[in-house]
Amino acid sequence: MTDSKYFTTTKKGEIFELKAELNSDKKEKKKEAVKKVIASMTVGKDVSALFPDVVNCMQTDNLELKKLVYLYLMNYAKSQPDMAIMAVNTFVKDCEDPNPLIRALAVRTMGCIRVDKITEYLCEPLRKCLKDEDPYVRKTAAVCVAKLHDINAQLVEDQGFLDTLKDLISDSNPMVVANAVAALSEIAESHPNSNLMDLNPQTINKLLTALNECTEWGQIFILDCLANYTPRDDRESQSICERVTPRLSHANSAVVLSAVKVLMKFMEMLPKDLDYYGTLLKKLAPPLVTLLSAEPELQYVALRNINLIVQRRPEILKHEMKVFFVKYNDPIYVKLEKLDIMIRLASQANIAQVLAELKEYATEVDVDFVRKAVRAIGRCAIKVEQSAERCVSTLLDLIQTKVNYVVQEAIVVIKDIFRKYPNKYESVIATLCENLDSLDEPEARAAMIWIVGEYAERIDNADELLESFLEGFHDESTQVQLQLLTAIVKLFLKKPTETQELVQQVLSLATQDSDNPDLRDRGYIYWRLLSTDPVAAKEVVLAEKPLISEETDLIEPTLLEELICHIGTLASVYHKPPSAFVEGSRGVQHKRLPGSTGSGESVESPDTGSAAGVSDAPPAVIPSQGDLLGDLLNLDLTPPATTGPPPPATSGLQMGAMDLLGGGLDSLMGDESEPVTTRRERPPIPLRTGTPQSPQTLQQSPSPPDYSPTELGGDLGGSSAMGAGFGAAPAAMPAPVSGGLDDLFDLGGGVGMPMGAFSPPKIVWLPAMKGKGLEISGTFARRAGVFQMELTLTNKAMSVMTDFAIQFNRNSFGIAPAGPLQVLTPLSPNQSIEVTLPLNTVGPVMKMEPLNNLQVAVKNNIDVFYFSCQYPISMLFVEDGKMERQVFLATWKDIPNDNESQFQIKDCHLSSDAASNKLQGSNIFTIAKRTVDGQDMLYQSMKLTNGIWVLAELRLQAGNPNYTVSLKCRAPEVSQCVFQSYEAVLKN
Amino acid sequence: MEQQLDGQKPVQKASPEMIHSLFLINHSGDIFLEKHWKSVISRSVCDYFFEAKEKAEDPENVPPVLQTPHHYLISIYRGKLFFLSVVQTEVPPLFVIEFLHRVADTFQEYFGECSESVIKDNVVIVYELLEEMLDNGFPLATESNVLKEMIRPPTILRSVVNTLTGGSNVGDTLPTGQLSIIPWRRAGVKYTNNEAYFDVIEEIDAIVDKSGTTVFAEIQGVIEACVRLSGMPDLTLSFMNPRLLDDMSFHPCVRFKRWEAERVLSFIPPDGNFRLMSYHVSSQNLVAIPVYVKQNISFLETGSCGRLEITIGPKQTMGKMVEALMATIHMPKSVLSVSLTASQGSYTYDITTKILIWDIGRLNPQKLPNLRGSLSMQTGVPKPEENPSINIDLKIQQLAISGLKVSRLDMYGEKYKPFKGVKYLTKAGKFQVRT
Repeated sequence: MTDSKYFTTTKKGEIFELKAELNSDKKEKKKEAVKKVIASMTVGKDVSALFPDVVNCMQTDNLELKKLVYLYLMNYAKSQPDMAIMAVNTFVKDCEDPNPLIRALAVRTMGCIRVDKITEYLCEPLRKCLKDEDPYVRKTAAVCVAKLHDINAQLVEDQGFLDTLKDLISDSNPMVVANAVAALSEIAESHPNSNLMDLNPQTINKLLTALNECTEWGQIFILDCLANYTPRDDRESQSICERVTPRLSHANSAVVLSAVKVLMKFMEMLPKDLDYYGTLLKKLAPPLVTLLSAEPELQYVALRNINLIVQRRPEILKHEMKVFFVKYNDPIYVKLEKLDIMIRLASQANIAQVLAELKEYATEVDVDFVRKAVRAIGRCAIKVEQSAERCVSTLLDLIQTKVNYVVQEAIVVIKDIFRKYPNKYESVIATLCENLDSLDEPEARAAMIWIVGEYAERIDNADELLESFLEGFHDESTQVQLQLLTAIVKLFLKKPTETQELVQQVLSLATQDSDNPDLRDRGYIYWRLLSTDPVAAKEVVLAEKPLISEETDLIEPTLLEELICHIGTLASVYHKPPSAFVEGSRGVQHKRLPGSTGSGESVESPDTGSAAGVSDAPPAVIPSQGDLLGDLLNLDLTPPATTGPPPPATSGLQMGAMDLLGGGLDSLMGDESEPVTTRRERPPIPLRTGTPQSPQTLQQSPSPPDYSPTELGGDLGGSSAMGAGFGAAPAAMPAPVSGGLDDLFDLGGGVGMPMGAFSPPKIVWLPAMKGKGLEISGTFARRAGVFQMELTLTNKAMSVMTDFAIQFNRNSFGIAPAGPLQVLTPLSPNQSIEVTLPLNTVGPVMKMEPLNNLQVAVKNNIDVFYFSCQYPISMLFVEDGKMERQVFLATWKDIPNDNESQFQIKDCHLSSDAASNKLQGSNIFTIAKRTVDGQDMLYQSMKLTNGIWVLAELRLQAGNPNYTVSLKCRAPEVSQCVFQSYEAVLKN
Repeated sequence: MEQQLDGQKPVQKASPEMIHSLFLINHSGDIFLEKHWKSVISRSVCDYFFEAKEKAEDPENVPPVLQTPHHYLISIYRGKLFFLSVVQTEVPPLFVIEFLHRVADTFQEYFGECSESVIKDNVVIVYELLEEMLDNGFPLATESNVLKEMIRPPTILRSVVNTLTGGSNVGDTLPTGQLSIIPWRRAGVKYTNNEAYFDVIEEIDAIVDKSGTTVFAEIQGVIEACVRLSGMPDLTLSFMNPRLLDDMSFHPCVRFKRWEAERVLSFIPPDGNFRLMSYHVSSQNLVAIPVYVKQNISFLETGSCGRLEITIGPKQTMGKMVEALMATIHMPKSVLSVSLTASQGSYTYDITTKILIWDIGRLNPQKLPNLRGSLSMQTGVPKPEENPSINIDLKIQQLAISGLKVSRLDMYGEKYKPFKGVKYLTKAGKFQVRT
C-alpha cells in the first residue's frame, strides 16, 4: 500500500470529494484526505480551495496530521491571508505546548507564513521561544528571527530581537550558536550598516569554539562568517588558521572549501619565512586533491575554485599535476576544467607528461574537448619556452591527421606561437598552406590569412593564396575581412610590384562595397597612408609587433584577489565579482585580501572578466566592465582584445578620437583580435608589506579608478611612433582620394566641433487676442552653458507698450529669471523686439504637471498676462553630465529595474556616431559604445541642474529607423520628459 | 550572502533563502515533484535547465550550475533523476550540491532506492523529510539517525499496523541526539547481540597507456562501519600503518585531535551503518596495479573491418584471487557489429550504445582470458579517429591494495564484550586502459 494511490483521483469532482473527506468524523479518513491534498500539492496542482477545510483539521493531538496541515498552510497561507488568521490561535497555543518538538514546529511554521497579520501574533511566542529552556526550540527560534526580518525588518528591530539573537552567539549549545550566526549573517546582508556581526577577538573566539562542536552546516556558516574578519596581526591570524585547519578533514566538501577560503585569506598575513606558513601550504594540497574524487558536480565546483587557487598560489598544487589528468568517463564540464588547470600547472618539469596527455586527448571523441586540447598545446608552447619545439611538432602531427576541426584549431594556435617566437618555426608554413582549402571557420581562416600576410615574402604564391580568399570577400565574416585587408596591404608593402592590382581591389571592396564601418574606416586609413607616404605606411603596417605573453589567460590580479575572498561561492564558479551578477547585491563591497594594499599600488578596478568567465555568460543588457573597455579600445566585432585599464576620463570629443585610434591601431598592427594576443603583462602586486594591515583594508569603499599614464600608453599603441603618426593623419593631409574619403572627414568634423544644443523653434505662447494686443512667442535655449529664454514681443495693439516685467510661478526645477526683462525702449504699434532672458535654477520649487511646465506672468503698462509654456528638459542638462564609466556601471546596477522605462524613437536615420554627436551637443554624453549582433548600443548619461542623474541606453541598428531608448533614473518621473528631449534632439 | 556584511544597503532586497525550491525531474524531463520552502516559483524556471539538458545530449554532461536571468539552478544527477534546486542569492554551490546529495542519500536509506516510482509511492514521507531537512534554507536535520526518529521509515509491517490502529509515521518526541554534542547518536540504544563490523574498501583509479605504463594511479579508500552496540560505547580503532594515508575525511564523530597526535580513530559511533572515514593514497606513493591488459584494436584503412584482441593477466595481486573481472569498451560509432571469441566468460555488444562488455569472472593465472575476433565497420566512412579506451572492473576480496591494516579495536565506556570484525575489499574504480 503506497502513497501513489493519492494520485489516482483525478476526476472532476476531486475537490468536492476531498472536501467531504476532510470534514469526515473519522480521524483516519481525515488524515488520508490531508495526505491526498499534500500529494496533489507536490505535483503542482492548486488545492488552495480546500484551505478552510484543511485548517479545520489543525487542532489535533496527532502530530503527523498536525505536521501535514502545517505543510499545507505554509504553501497556501499567502494566497488566503484572512483564512490564515483562523490558524493563529492554534499556533499560539502550540507554542506553549509541553512538548518541545511541538513548540519548535509551531514557531517554525508561523515564521514561514508570510502574512502581516500573523506576524503580529508571532512576536510574543517568538520572544519566549528565543529564551526557551530547550536548545532545540532556541535554535529553531533563531532562524525564525531571520524569517521574520525578511517579512518585516522594522518589527524585528523594534522588538529587540536582534539583540536577543546576538546574545545567542554566546549560547551554551553549539547548534544554537551556529543557527544564530546563520540568521545574523542573513539579516546583515539586507542590513549592511547595522554592524550586526560585530566581529572582535571575543566573538571570534566563541565562533571558533562553536566550530568544533556544531553540525557540518553550522560549520559552513561559521567559517564563512570568519572569512569576513580581519585579524589584528599575524599571530592572531596564525592562531585562527591553526584552529581552522582540522576542518580540512571534514567529510563535507562544502566545509572543506569554506575552510580553504579562510586559510587562503588569512595566509596573506603570515610572513613567508614562518615555518607555519610552509606547513599550511602543505596542508592545503591533500584536501583539494581529495575533492576531485567526489561526485562530478562537486568536482566541477572544486575545479573552478582550484583554478583560482593555482593562479594565486601555484606552489600548493605544483606536484599534483597527475590528479588533473582527464579520465575517459569524466563529464565534459569536468574535462574542460581539468584541462585548464593542467595548463596553469604546466612547467618545464612536467611538460613532457602534459604534452603526452594533451596529444592523447586530441584523439578523443568529444569535439569541444578535442579543440580545447589542441589549443592547450599552443598555450603550453607559449608558456614553457623549452617545450615550444615539441609542441609545434605535436601540432604538425595533429595536422597530418586531417581531421578538419583539429587542423583548424592547430592553425589558430600556431599563429600564436609565431607571435611568441618570431623567426623560429616558419618552416612549417608550407605544411599549413597545404590545408588552406579545408578551413571553413572564420577564426582559422583569419589566422591563416594573418600568417600568409605576415610572411608574404617567404611564401612564393602569397598573392595567389590571398587572391583566392578575395573572391568571396563579402561572404566572409568581419574578422576575416579585416584580416584579409591587412594581409593584402602587408603583401603590397613587401612585394609592391606585382600586387598593385590586388591591393586596389581589396581597398575598393572594403571602402566602397562594404556596409561595415570598421572595415571602411580601416580601408580608408590604409588607402590614405599608402597614397600619401608609403614609407610611413611601411613603418606602421610592418612595425615590429610586441611579443604575446603567457600571462594572457590569467585572471587580472585585483579580480583574482577579490575572487579568492569569495572561494566557494557562485562568484568563484563564474570567476566574476559578485557585484557583476548577483541580483540585488548592488553596491557590494569589493573584497580585498588583507595585506595587499598599502603597498603603493594604485587601486584598479577589477576590469577584466577572465576570458573563460565572460565568454560563457549570456549577453547582458549592460556589459560587464571588461566588455565595455574592450569595446572602447577595439572596434572589431570579435572578442575584446584589450584588457588594460580604461583611458582616463576624457570629453566625448577625445574619446571619439581614441576609439578611432585604438581600434585602428590594434588592427593595423596586424594584431589578431583574440584574447591571447594583446593583453599586456602587468607587474604582480607585491602582497606582503612589512607590517600587517589595519582592518580598514577590508572595509575600504570602492575608490575611483586611478590609472597610470604609462599603462595607457602601452595599451594604445605598441609603438608610440605609430600613435603619433595617426594622430596627425586626419587633420593635416589633404584628401588624396576625393569622394571616398568624405566619410572620414565628416566624422572628423563631427568629432571636432560639438554642435550647439538643440533649441526648438519659437512658438506663440501668448496670442495677441489674449494679450490685449501683445503677442509673445518664444523658445528656450542653452548657449555656452547659459540657460535662457528667447522671446519675441510684438505689439499688435494701437498704442505704445512700456514697463515690461516678467515673473515665473514656482516650477519643478526652480527656474527663475536671472535678471529683469530688458525691454529698454517702448514698443510701438506693429513693432517687434527680440529679447533674451537669462535664467537660473535657484528659484522656489514645486512639482508641475507636466513636469516641464512653466507658468509665466508678463506685465506691461496695460495689464498682467498669464500663459504657460513647456521647456525641453534637455535645457537643464548640465555640461558636466558625463559619468565615469565605472560609476555608470555601478549606478546602472544600482537603480532598481522598476525605474527603467523604455521608449521608441521612430523614423530616425542617423548613424550611431552622428546620433552620439548630436546628443552630446545637448549635454547627453556617450560614455561607451558597444556593438552586439550589428546593433549599436550607446551608453549615455546626463545630469540635471538639480543634480539628478539620468542614465540611458540607446540602441540602434543599421537600416532600422526605429531606435530604442532605455532610461534609468532614481527619479523616474523625469523619464518621459527626457525621452521627449531625445526625440526632439535626434530629429532636429 | 554572508559575504556582504560590509556592503552598502541594497535597494532591492534579495530573498535570503539559500535553497528556494527543489524540483525532481526524471530521465525524460518530467517534473514529478516540487517543493518550495518559501513562495512558489513557477516550474517554467526549469526550462533553462531543459535547454541545457538538450544541449548536453548525455544527462551526465549537464553543467551543475546554471545561471538564468533571476535565479541560479544547481543540480545533481543521481540514479537517473535530476535533483534541481533553485537559489536566488549568492550561496556556496557546494553547500547546495552536498545538501542535494544528502537528500538523495536519505531517500536511498528510507526507501532502499532512489527512483521516481519509489518517491511517488512515498510522497508524503518525502515531503515530510524535505520539510524536516531544511528550514528557511538552513539545513535542519540531515543525520539519518535523527531523521529516523522523527519520521519513521516505511516498513510493510508498520503500514499494516498503522492502517489498523491509526498510528502514524511521525515520532512525537524530540530526538535525543538532536541537541547533545553527539547529535549522530540516539540515547538508550539496546541490543541483545552487540556487534561492530568495519569494511575497508579501496578503489583503484588509474590510467594506463597503450604501452602498459601507468600514467596516473591513486587509491580512494573508505571505511564503512556497521555498529550495533548498546549504550554509549566509546571506540578506538588503530592501524598497523596509518602513515600510509595522504588525506582523510572523517565522520564528525571522530576526534580529530587524537588522530593528529596518535593516529588512532577515537569516536562514539552513530547507531547503525555509517561511513567512518574516507581516505586517499595518492599517486606519489606506489599504487599496485593488480592486472595488466594486452590489447590490440585496429581498424583497417581500407575495407570494412577491424581486429580486436585483448588478453588480461595478473600483475600485482598480492597473492589474492582477482574476481568479477570485466572489461567495457566504448566503440567508435562506425563499428556495426563484432564477431569475437572469448576464451573465458561471455561478451555482449550493444549496437545502439556501441558498448562492448566482456564479463570474464575469475582471473585464472594459469590460463589467461583472451578475447579476439573481427569488428565489422560501416562502409564508406573514414576510419575512426579515436581509439576506444578499455574500462576494467574487478574485485579482490580480503585485500586492501594500499596495504592498510587495522591492528585493533577497543571499546570503553560499556561493560559488555562485543563481536568485532574487519573485512577488506579492493575494487577497480575509474580504471582505464588506453589503446
